[in-house]
Amino acid sequence: MKLKPLFRLSQKTNYHFVKYFKLCLGLSIAAILGTIVLLSTSGLNFGIDFKGGTLIQIQTPVATDAGHLRTTLSHLGLGEIQLQAFGTDTEFLIRFPEQPGGPDAQKVAAEKVLAAVPAGSKELRREQVGSTVSKELITAAIWALVFTNLGIFIYVWFRFEWQFAIGAIVSLIHDVMFTLGVFAFFRLDFDLTIVAALLTILGYSINDTVVIYDRIRENLRRYKRLPLGDLLDLSVNETMSRTIMTVGTVFMALLALYFFGGEVIRGFTFAMLFGVLVGTYSSVYIAAPFLIIIGVKRDWSGEKAGSGQKNVAVPAGAKAKEALPFQDGDADEDEADEATKPTSQAEASKAALAAVSARKGGAQRPPARAKGQPRGRSKKRG
Amino acid sequence: MFGFTLHFSRWGAAVVLFLSIASVVFALPNAIPLSTYESLPSWLQLPRMPLGLDLRGGTHLLYSIDTVQLKKDWLQTLQTDARRALSEEKIGHGGVVIAGGQVRVNLKDPSKLGDALARLKKLAQPLSPSLISGQSSGGLDLAVAPTESGAITIEPTQAGILHRVESAISRSIEVIRRRVDPEGTTEATIQAEGQDRILIQVPGLAPAEVKARVGTTAKLTFQLVDQTESVETAQANGVPPDDLLLPDAEHPGSFILVHKEVLVAGDDIVDARAGYDSTSGGLGQRAVSFELNGRGAVAFARVTRENIGKRFAIVLDNKVMSAPVIRSEIPGGHGQITGSFSLDEVNRLSLLLRSGALPASLSIIEERSVGPTLGADSIEKGKTATIVGFLAVSGLMIAGYGLFGLFSVIALVINIAIVVACLSLFHATLTLPGIAGIVLTMGVAVDANVLIYERIREELRGGRGIVGSIEAGFDRAYATIIDSHLTGLLAALILYAFGSGTIRGFAVTLSFGIVSSLFTAITVTRLMVSTWLRETRPTVLEI
Repeated sequence: MKLKPLFRLSQKTNYHFVKYFKLCLGLSIAAILGTIVLLSTSGLNFGIDFKGGTLIQIQTPVATDAGHLRTTLSHLGLGEIQLQAFGTDTEFLIRFPEQPGGPDAQKVAAEKVLAAVPAGSKELRREQVGSTVSKELITAAIWALVFTNLGIFIYVWFRFEWQFAIGAIVSLIHDVMFTLGVFAFFRLDFDLTIVAALLTILGYSINDTVVIYDRIRENLRRYKRLPLGDLLDLSVNETMSRTIMTVGTVFMALLALYFFGGEVIRGFTFAMLFGVLVGTYSSVYIAAPFLIIIGVKRDWSGEKAGSGQKNVAVPAGAKAKEALPFQDGDADEDEADEATKPTSQAEASKAALAAVSARKGGAQRPPARAKGQPRGRSKKRG
Repeated sequence: MFGFTLHFSRWGAAVVLFLSIASVVFALPNAIPLSTYESLPSWLQLPRMPLGLDLRGGTHLLYSIDTVQLKKDWLQTLQTDARRALSEEKIGHGGVVIAGGQVRVNLKDPSKLGDALARLKKLAQPLSPSLISGQSSGGLDLAVAPTESGAITIEPTQAGILHRVESAISRSIEVIRRRVDPEGTTEATIQAEGQDRILIQVPGLAPAEVKARVGTTAKLTFQLVDQTESVETAQANGVPPDDLLLPDAEHPGSFILVHKEVLVAGDDIVDARAGYDSTSGGLGQRAVSFELNGRGAVAFARVTRENIGKRFAIVLDNKVMSAPVIRSEIPGGHGQITGSFSLDEVNRLSLLLRSGALPASLSIIEERSVGPTLGADSIEKGKTATIVGFLAVSGLMIAGYGLFGLFSVIALVINIAIVVACLSLFHATLTLPGIAGIVLTMGVAVDANVLIYERIREELRGGRGIVGSIEAGFDRAYATIIDSHLTGLLAALILYAFGSGTIRGFAVTLSFGIVSSLFTAITVTRLMVSTWLRETRPTVLEI
């Protein structure tokens, strides 16, 4: 069976992401500040989930002019009543706030609305949320976001280092704020499904970040003296084809949902589409370069060696072998592997130099050291 | 290193193959039309995914029980009980009043304090042990204590109130079940939510119908009409403390003054039927005739015997349905409620009375309903989106990785089958956001394959041989796959914990999707690749 790939993404990209870090950080900070201003002034356009009130989706028998219907409805005296065409010109969403006078008043208001829409209209959906419930939903949504961030922070801290955890969390908060900003700016409906989208975006964004972090950690072990900026660039470049491919498949799936999944989940899908882009951007341009700001441990050599040898200085040559232990440390193969790396020349000479002083740490290390260590920390990365 | 190599033992391969086939088998019932499914013999009817209300149409109502009213009612009962208890013991009292959440008994003779206290303490009921943990009330629902001024206070304890609310909720659920689903045929969900709420989910019924069935509290009481004072003076000078001014259902707009004391309550009704007023020869008004149990019948007989010539009010949900004059003692516990009812109304009222009264009034705090057309539409759109999403993701994977892309598409099919099979076996409801979760899973699940394949390419470029590159690609990608999946799963699980309703459906499919893609990436894809390597022994790797 011959089935060949139709295209291959370039494997040897050499972009300088870190160079743009300051610019990106500036832009992102500006955007986040803008979001904060927006949130504290006009706020989010809360749907009834978070504001309380009633939503009715109707289907009119004939095409109806939204503007005309809106005028009719606004004369009912039900407070701020919203009308929104829902995909077609025969389906509409009508929203009105909670009426003073409890559930009965709400029911009367709904009847008034249904009496005011064109005769023969069908009620497709109704959602009515009381203010007690909507307040609880807001609290639950905030807690969900907080706990997700906290959980991810702890996980990344445990699996990497605290610097990585901070970088990850900064990029996650960045993603949430960005998405909130877009919803506030365009006055898009913000309801429970958007919160679900936010959490999913967090899940996606951290996924992306972790893949890059994994590569950074691997390269930190491999290239001990490469300037951090170059190392970050290298790691992002090495994972670039994967990033593009995965964004591609996720985007395909989301576009299918956006165009074919119907109006009911369009808000959710929109948030996701946007969030996936922001999440990818933040992984590449924020989470990775952020490590420069807070600095990151360069000496990963003594990383919890099994027999209590802590922080034994291991020269780069030994390091390079550790990073590629699976073919019995075959020197030829390792070098071939190294040759593909941009810095192979420098590394090779360093390795040669270091080999002289390699006795101490390298030789005494138990063989098991190379094959997997406790805490998964120094395991090789993919 | 996770100790994975390309080599599969015969057993390992068999297990992976078995799990994959099993998941496809358990997912299949969802792929056939409902009519075909129902015509299958029952042993072949493997479970299907239950569809959420947003897909099949139906009503979701969240009711909140009126705890304030519940407590008020309780205090009123206590007031009556205390009076009765004292008069049984022949202890004179200078007023039994409700004040500040307690019943306060003032005694005429301070020397009777001990006797009165002993008697009133008997009103307190022990609580079931599970509820009294950590309570200092000694496990009683009431705290009866003397005050410094020689009076006695009766106050519900915290545990007592909790118990009241809890039992009111569970009784309400029973009552609602009898009303909403009298034959037990609809798949209605009626359950407690939090401490003082009831969630009702009924597929296939419009909210108006469900609300009408849940109906009113249907609290029926018989109370004497206060004929010593006119309604007008009560309206002008304030209602006497022991009376209530209730609207008259027979004459809308007018009121009737009734005594607060409940003589007979609807709890004692054992049967109720719709019919016609028996006193007018079957031609008159519609009526609901009811039958009381033994205790109710005795009380009813006593009350009617003692109050001949007086009017008594039949009060339903704080409205006086009728207030006839008692002509003679009514033994046997039969009675009827007349009024200008429609046929529907008498039928409904008799059902409400039969099913028992709700112990407290309920109010709707959340309502969500989806019509059947929108539900069917959502299913269709969900299907289209799933198919299009699958084709798009598959196309991209095959275009990007050739044969290996095809492997990941097969793994993706098994992945989706596992999600659907899990939903079916665990009876996890599929909602529209749930479908979105499945489609999203397709996009995210292939990420594991992408990671592996990209790594293989890197290793190939590094000059490794075919087998070596593939082995290294799988091996090195695993740690990343596990890291990225676990963090994604974390977010999905938190979404499940905090989400409600249809959102949970999304969290469920997403979580299943993440776990199953971890499984397929580690086993299914690897098995396919290793089999392919063994069978074809390729000399060039087209990836």
